[in-house]
Amino acid sequence: MHAFKYHRPSSVNDAAALVKGEAKLLAGGQTLVQTMKLRLASPSDIIDLGTIKDLAGIKSDGKTLSIGAMTRHADVAHSAEVKKAIPALAALAAMIGDRQVRAMGTIGGSVANNDPAADYPAALLALNATITTNKGKHEADKFFKGMFTTALAADEIITGVSFQVPRRAAYTKFKNPASRFAIVGVFVADFGGSVRVAVTGAGAGVFRQADMEKALAAKFAPESVANIKVKQDGLNSDMHASAEYRAHLVTVMAKRAVEAALK
Amino acid sequence: MAVKVSLKVNGKSVSAEVEERTLLVTVIRENLRLTGTHVGCDTAQCGACTVSMNGKAVKSCSMLAMQAEGADVMTIEGVAKPDGTLHPMQAAFKEHHGLQCGFCTPGMVMNAIDYAKHHPDPTEEQIREALEGNLCRCTGYHNIVKAIGAGARAMAAGK
Repeated sequence: MHAFKYHRPSSVNDAAALVKGEAKLLAGGQTLVQTMKLRLASPSDIIDLGTIKDLAGIKSDGKTLSIGAMTRHADVAHSAEVKKAIPALAALAAMIGDRQVRAMGTIGGSVANNDPAADYPAALLALNATITTNKGKHEADKFFKGMFTTALAADEIITGVSFQVPRRAAYTKFKNPASRFAIVGVFVADFGGSVRVAVTGAGAGVFRQADMEKALAAKFAPESVANIKVKQDGLNSDMHASAEYRAHLVTVMAKRAVEAALK
Repeated sequence: MAVKVSLKVNGKSVSAEVEERTLLVTVIRENLRLTGTHVGCDTAQCGACTVSMNGKAVKSCSMLAMQAEGADVMTIEGVAKPDGTLHPMQAAFKEHHGLQCGFCTPGMVMNAIDYAKHHPDPTEEQIREALEGNLCRCTGYHNIVKAIGAGARAMAAGK
């Protein structure tokens, strides 16, 4: 790892003021520290968000569920509040990485990083989430801009994520057996009248599957999506899975997600 | 530039002058000379570096020492009683021969203790899932899984 200057700000404003040049914000560090060790990232400055108060926490008012940016995956997975409001979201958090990683990794870090195979972006997109930052708010639909890219400005810091509570929802993931990242993951959310389907792992970034959303809005049942063929154009192809295979998995995972949501 | 990091390790307050880029595992092994915490893969896959931080199992190769400032850390050296009596989880690993070469064992035990605190009577399937972040290249996991089940039940029984 290359040398850097370490900062420990006590507020989000102080943290934002420190962002300059090649500085990087550090949340849980479960991606960033490893990336730095491999010298894929060599920031000049590390701004540790870990000691800023009030960035972690979970609140629900029945219609929306709000999670602070520094809330760890394990805390989301075990939260009674999350399990009650959106059990699919607690289940998703419990599927991220392994339990040691879940003890450190944060929702804000995952969302800001926007790994194309990460789990949380699918939940944000399917649950019509709002991302709150020190500068304002972003709708999930306009936030994820493809591989490792988001609508965040350089000195913009995520403070929390608010999810719309659906009538029912489920997330199913076909895991890479080594990394536990999604080869394909599908989050289905039924809001009663409208349905949102978000796919992670398959493409350069998370995306919605409009034809499935339409079919499920008409009838929320596994057979509504079972025969929808997903085009392989633009999907990822690598040593783990071809684009053709990933396209097929989107349909399979969507069908299973609907089955799980109906249980 | 050197910075000072202060934390509690195995109940003792310690501090070290380190470079800012120093990993927690490096402080534990090289500054504190507690070499029971191992570095296996160095890429967050294998879990040999697992320690307890503020009561939670974390991978000490995946965090900066500075992220542990003020934290209460326990390593494998702090698990047995001062008189050498093994922790119930350690005793279960010995009893069920949950190891071969032993390299992964400290990380296995540290993760297992944290897991067992919340799961006093885990099923085999639950244990295998809890071991996602710990790799063993010798055993095929069979006796490790047995040991963790027995260790968890012994911990719950207060042995």
